[in-house]
Amino acid sequence: MELDCRGLSCPEPVVLTKRAVKDNPASIDVLVDHVAGLENVSRFLRAMKYEVSVTEGKGEWRISAKK
Amino acid sequence: MTISKEKRNLAIAGILIGIISIVLVLLGNPKNMGFCIACFVRDIAGATKLHSAGVVQYVRPEIIGLVFGSFLISLLTKEFNPRGGSSPMIRFCIGFMVMIGALVFLGCPFRMVLRLSGGDLNAVVGILGFAAGIGIGSFFLSKGFSLGRAQKQSIVEGAALPAVNVLLLILFVAVPALFAFSEKGPGSMHAPILISLAAGLIVGCLAQRTRMCMVGGFRDLFLLKDGTLLFGFIAIFVAALVMNLATGNFKLGFTGQPVAHSAHLWNFLGMVVVGLGCTMLGGCPLRQLILAGEGNSDSAITVLGLLMGAAFAHNFSLAGVAGSADSVGGPGTNGKVAVILCLVILVGIACAKTFKKKEK
Repeated sequence: MELDCRGLSCPEPVVLTKRAVKDNPASIDVLVDHVAGLENVSRFLRAMKYEVSVTEGKGEWRISAKK
Repeated sequence: MTISKEKRNLAIAGILIGIISIVLVLLGNPKNMGFCIACFVRDIAGATKLHSAGVVQYVRPEIIGLVFGSFLISLLTKEFNPRGGSSPMIRFCIGFMVMIGALVFLGCPFRMVLRLSGGDLNAVVGILGFAAGIGIGSFFLSKGFSLGRAQKQSIVEGAALPAVNVLLLILFVAVPALFAFSEKGPGSMHAPILISLAAGLIVGCLAQRTRMCMVGGFRDLFLLKDGTLLFGFIAIFVAALVMNLATGNFKLGFTGQPVAHSAHLWNFLGMVVVGLGCTMLGGCPLRQLILAGEGNSDSAITVLGLLMGAAFAHNFSLAGVAGSADSVGGPGTNGKVAVILCLVILVGIACAKTFKKKEK
């Protein structure tokens, strides 16, 4: 599952992520384009017991989370 | 218990910011007003003659420093990221209303914390309103509220507000006769220019690095049960409290507080406007300045909304009047009507941007 949060201001990326992990998916990718979003979403996913890895693109990040 | 790196950094930054805030007061800023984004933007509106309230006119170098500090550090860390186009006009209007709410209370969320650290119990009423406003905003967020996506913008667009700030600083230092300056009242009280500027730069860097946000603390707690951002808030309070106690500036009570009033209902409702508006904007006035420094032109527009709101607040007597020995102070009829109108309009915007038809 992929969630495109590029262009959304705080805290929308993390609110959408929260909604997306409600059904407890085994993995989820979240795209963000600002550092505050990157940190918020990563922190939230870690708190939800996901293993989080980040790949950096040009001014945007892909947050990959797996259970 | 281990404390995460983010919490530790927020706590350290908060302590430094709390100390700097009190040092600014010791060096001349008004009491409990080491920093106040609302008051300082309002003073700049006065200095540039957008309003003519004689007691609140001064070009506050702290504001210039905050924006430019964030701009510099974000360039250094490659986080400068020009973006914009997420409902700029709505953001302008919300910024305008947030300023009216803040000036009815007499302070932005940052000053609310500083007022609390000076023993001003009116700030407790403010915090309750602030949290209530954030609660309402969080409800709309959880139901899908959004001001839409921002797009990438040019470097010129992103650097515009930082550049305007530098121009303002140069004019202020080189041709002060252009501006209006208070001879008495809060506007006449200020720390030396270089110190104010340095304080702004340092706090701007710290706030940019830690993403400190007064609204974010409560909002994340309500929405995500995550209190990380509250650490900054609490650290500023504790550091400023200790400094106030040490320097004899702590005075507990509702009455006789510097630049404050005790019209409880309006302190509460003013901060509901601020809490709700800032939650819709995605950050408190301080955070808007920092984001504007990072190249976010939506936040830059919001800052202009704050500036214009301040001008209107004083031109139309909307701001709260500080209490005195024979009066609790507070806003006049115009201010009360304005606060109610702001609340109705904010909820209206929130409904329209939450319960909209699905965009294709």
